[in-house]
Amino acid sequence: MRKGPSWFNIASIGLGLAFLYLPIAILVIYSFNASRLVTVWAGWSTRWYAELLQDQAMLEAAWTSLRVALLSATVATVLGTLAALSLVRMGRFRGRLLFSAMIYAPLILPEVITGLSLLLLFVAAAIDRGFWTIVIAHTTLTMGFVTVVVQARLLGFDRSIEEAAMDLGAPPVKTFFAVTLPMIAPAVAAGWMLAFTLSLDDLVIASFTTGPGATTLPIRIYSEVRLGVKPEINAICTIMIAVVAVTVVAASLLSKLREAKMAMPVPGAG
Amino acid sequence: MSESRRSWTARLVVILPYAWLAAFFLAPFLIVLKISLSQTALAQPPYLPVVDLAAGWQGLKDFFTALSPDNYRLLISDSLYLGSYLRSLTIAAFSTLMLLIAGFPLAYALARMPRRWQPVLVVLVILPFWTSFLIRVYAWMNILQREGLLNQALLAFCIIDEPLAWLASDTAIYIGIVYSYLPFMVLPIYATLEKLDGSLLEAAADLGCRPRKAFWLVTVPLSLPGIAAGALLCFIPIVGEFVIPDLLGGSEQLMIGQVLWTEFFSNRDWPVASAVAVVLLSLLIVPVVIYQQMQLRALEEDR
Repeated sequence: MRKGPSWFNIASIGLGLAFLYLPIAILVIYSFNASRLVTVWAGWSTRWYAELLQDQAMLEAAWTSLRVALLSATVATVLGTLAALSLVRMGRFRGRLLFSAMIYAPLILPEVITGLSLLLLFVAAAIDRGFWTIVIAHTTLTMGFVTVVVQARLLGFDRSIEEAAMDLGAPPVKTFFAVTLPMIAPAVAAGWMLAFTLSLDDLVIASFTTGPGATTLPIRIYSEVRLGVKPEINAICTIMIAVVAVTVVAASLLSKLREAKMAMPVPGAG
Repeated sequence: MSESRRSWTARLVVILPYAWLAAFFLAPFLIVLKISLSQTALAQPPYLPVVDLAAGWQGLKDFFTALSPDNYRLLISDSLYLGSYLRSLTIAAFSTLMLLIAGFPLAYALARMPRRWQPVLVVLVILPFWTSFLIRVYAWMNILQREGLLNQALLAFCIIDEPLAWLASDTAIYIGIVYSYLPFMVLPIYATLEKLDGSLLEAAADLGCRPRKAFWLVTVPLSLPGIAAGALLCFIPIVGEFVIPDLLGGSEQLMIGQVLWTEFFSNRDWPVASAVAVVLLSLLIVPVVIYQQMQLRALEEDR
């Protein structure tokens, strides 16, 4: 697809981006509104952020969410990377079709189904619901996303480097850690971040699999939001948006730097 | 020695994720199926029968004879459930169409931008997807509420005389869905358009084909895989959507995801909730398998 963009193309992009960003911008701006009435602008203020710091339940929920996301994203990244290796490198093993179905289905299946089925499993197995059941549920939900990201990278790189290492006598495990892993590292990191934000984000599956004493941030926000729009909620949402935006931008800058460094010693690689 | 060790670690690479998914993704479905055939009970767990392994063969036999399709009969006989399934499928179909109409021009425009701008623009399209789904729906509650900015703007421009009720309507559901799922439609279409060979369009032009005709005869057919992937990626989860209709929609008519949620959390009727899930899954199994096949084919082609 070459040829320059037409005015229609530029207008599409402008409108599309406006549609995507305007609601978020409005939410952020109104979090700094001095008035309790969310619709009346009464000047700039940070009072809702100060009130948020007093909200013990909200802070606790945020802490729970953070721990769940860190743990589940890490386990999901290990399992998801292994799954990507199985799909791309292992050829046709028995049960590969079922395996791929189990990898791809959680990506698109409605969350109510996944949530309900996991809960019924925990009940049937008499596992006490709470922090750990959410971690298991989120790991199951997010590992497929890691697989898809890592698999794309595995398909994209030159296999002969791995083969060269093996020919020189490196055992497969060492080849993986010395050659394969460094090459797929950006994708593994991206997969981890995706899993992390998906876990932070999830309301439905966490609601099904949670138990007493384990309230995540989305569950907490949802219970408030059902009652209507509140400035404190705008404030916590703004903080979450800021955290995600800073992380994503920093990550993409880091990967740019890394790529620039990696490209230097080996001209023409990649 | 080296050969056997290799096969051992290789096997572990497959077995670990396989076992996890079998235990936490596949096994739960069998349990859902079983409970959907059970009766509601005032017990813990709140359903009957429960497999009694101590009773041995007789226990298993009792267990199987106690299963009944009553919950499914209820789903068919009560128009509430049928209506919700139908409503969910309709909303999902219409909003997928709207997403296609909104998403294709955006994807097309992205693919025609100068190469060096494309990565930045793609990141800009994806970025909202990284922020919480719940936050994005909540953002629209801000705008659509009675005293919200949309009504204020429309009043200011004298387009309406008095504030309209945007929230708790199907319009709000459609806005929320199109907003939340737009990146899922744009990215697969962009991926196919971006790979499209420009010389094909030049060839069409050389042979006297007008650009508009070339668009319909060359560009659209070649982007069909992306369109299909985007449509499935949107349609399947939208059918079971819960958060968007719950926060933006009205309470007279429910989507099936809300029905499942209510049966489970409010009515505490686990067997009916399970039956609702099984029927929903059987409605979606064909699109899910098509999606999986497309993913696998893409995997083989890239290899």
